[in-house]
Amino acid sequence: MDDLWGGFLKALELIYTFDPEVMEIAGRSLYIGLSSITIGSVICIPIAALIHFNQFRGKRLLVSLIQTFYSVPTVVVGLFVFVMVSNAGPFGGLGILFTPVAIVVGQVLLITPILLGLIISALRGVDVTILDTARSMGAGRWQMATLVIKEARFSVMAAVIMGFGRAISEVGISLMVGGNIRNTTRVMTTAISLETGKGDLEFALALGMILIFLALVVNIVMNRIQQR
Amino acid sequence: MALIELRNIDQTREAKDILKDINISIDRGEVFAMIGPTGAGKTTLLRIIDLLDIPSRGRIYYDGVDVATSEKARLKLRRRMAFVLQKPVVFNTSVYDNVAYGLKWRGMNTQQIREKVNAILESTQLTEYAKRNARTLSGGEMQRVAIARAVATDPEVLLLDEPSANLDPVSAGKIEDILTGIIKQRDVTVVMATHDMAQGQRLADRIGVLVNGEIVQVGRSNDIFFSPTNREVAEFVGMENIIDGVVVANEGEMTTIDVNGTVIEAVTGYSPGEDVSVCVRPEDVTVALARLSSSARNSLAGTITRAASSGPLCRVEIDCGFSLVALVTRRSAEEMGLVKGTQVFATFKVVSIHIIRRR
Repeated sequence: MDDLWGGFLKALELIYTFDPEVMEIAGRSLYIGLSSITIGSVICIPIAALIHFNQFRGKRLLVSLIQTFYSVPTVVVGLFVFVMVSNAGPFGGLGILFTPVAIVVGQVLLITPILLGLIISALRGVDVTILDTARSMGAGRWQMATLVIKEARFSVMAAVIMGFGRAISEVGISLMVGGNIRNTTRVMTTAISLETGKGDLEFALALGMILIFLALVVNIVMNRIQQR
Repeated sequence: MALIELRNIDQTREAKDILKDINISIDRGEVFAMIGPTGAGKTTLLRIIDLLDIPSRGRIYYDGVDVATSEKARLKLRRRMAFVLQKPVVFNTSVYDNVAYGLKWRGMNTQQIREKVNAILESTQLTEYAKRNARTLSGGEMQRVAIARAVATDPEVLLLDEPSANLDPVSAGKIEDILTGIIKQRDVTVVMATHDMAQGQRLADRIGVLVNGEIVQVGRSNDIFFSPTNREVAEFVGMENIIDGVVVANEGEMTTIDVNGTVIEAVTGYSPGEDVSVCVRPEDVTVALARLSSSARNSLAGTITRAASSGPLCRVEIDCGFSLVALVTRRSAEEMGLVKGTQVFATFKVVSIHIIRRR
C-alpha cells in the first residue's frame, strides 16, 4: 500500500514537473488518438448518413454486423493490420509497420464500427417531422443529410467521444503494429504496460493518471458544448 | 386553369384506404380549406399535394403540368410550395437560422438572407427572439417560427396542416391573425386542413369536407354550413338534430315528412316515399310551456329528458317521439323551470329546416 501511495506521489511530481518523457509519450498518444478519431469521423459520418438515408436489401444485416464489431478485440485488429502491412503482406511496400501511421490505421479500423453504429443510431433518433419539414422546405438529399447530422450533433459527438476513448485506451494495436519503440511509437498504454512489467510503478501511474485526466477533460468539453 | 388539380387520387397504406378517389381543383390565389374529423385523411392529402408522398393512384397537375416526373423535378416544384405541419417543428438552432434555412438551400447570399429574414421576423413578431434557440420557445411561438420559415421562401402555395390545433386559445388567435395577414398581403394560394369549421369559415374562400378519406362536399363556406348534402357533413357542421323520416306528401314543395308518427313540415323538392333526414340546428328550436300561436309550422309536444347548462346557455333534450335538442339561454331555462320531466312545446320554422336525402 505504501508503495502505491509513494508511486502516486511520484506520479504527481512527474506530471507537475512536466517530465519530458511523460509529456512526450502523452503528447504522442493524444496526437495518434486525435488523428484516428478525425480520420474515422471524416470517413464514418458520411457513410453512416448514406446507410441511414438509403433503403437497400440487407440494411438490417449490415447494421447488425456493424454492431457485432463494436467489441472486436484490439489484438485481432492489430493482428489483421500486422498481416496487411508486414513485409509479406499486400501493403508491405508502404513500409508503415512499426510507425505511428500503422497505429492510426489500426485504430481507425477499430473505431469504425462504433462510430458507424452509434452515428446511425443518432441519426435514427432525429424526429421524422424534422425530415418532413426539411423536405417540404425544398432541401436536397445532402442538404437534408447535413441538417439531420446537425440536429443529431450531440449524439454524433457522443459517438465521436466514445470512439476517441476506445482509440486512446487501446493497447493491442499500438503494441503489435507500433512496436512500443521509444521516441517513435511508444504511447501511454504501451508505456504503462512496459513500465509496470519493469516495476517502475511511478512512471506507469503517472501515465495512467494522465489518461484519466484526458478522459475528464474530454468529458468536460463535451458537457460544455452540449449546454450551449 | 387551376393551379393545383388532383384527379382520382387514392392512397392506400397497409391495405387500408386512406384516401378514395379525390378530385379537387384549386385556383391560383384561392384559400381552400379541407375540413373533417381527425383521421379523415387531411394530412395525407396535404402531403400528396406537397409531393412528399406519392399517391397509390391518380394524377396531380401543378399549373397544368403532371408532376409524376423525376425526383429532381418534384424537388423543383416542392420549392414553390411551403408546408406548416400540425405539430410545431423547429430545428435545434436559433430562430434566425430556422427562418434562414430555406433561403440558404435556395442559394441566396448572406445579405439577401439577412434582409429577408429580418423582415419576416418583424411581421411575425419574432424579432426579439431572433437569437434564441427555437426549441426554448413556447408552442405558439414555435408555430410562428414555422410559419415565418414557410413564408420566407415566398411560396406560391402555402400548405397548412391544422396550424393552431395544439395551441391555447390566445396563441391560436395570434396564429390566425398572422395567417389572415399573410393571406391578405401575399399573392399566395393556401390549402389548409382544419377540424375547426369556424376557422375554415373565417379563413377560406372554399371548403372541402373530407370524411373517411372521401371528399363528401365542396363549396362556399355558407353552402357547407347551411346546406350540407349528407349526414356526415351535417354532423360535422353542428347540425345536432338529424331526424330520419319519410316524405309522405309534397304540394308545391310544401312537404310533409313522417317521423315515427310525428309530422314535420318543410320546404323541399323531394317526392313522397323518399327517405330523408330532417336537419335542424339546436339554436333554431324555440321551447315554450304552451303551444305558441305563431307562423312557425312545426310545434311539437314533448317532455324534457335532460337539461344541462353550459356557460350562459342551456342544452335541452326533448322527447317528441324522437329526440330533439334545443339551445336556450340559461336565464330562460331557469325562469321557465325547464328541468327533466317538464312538458314543453318545441317549435321551429320551416325555413330553418334543411333536408338531405338518405343513402
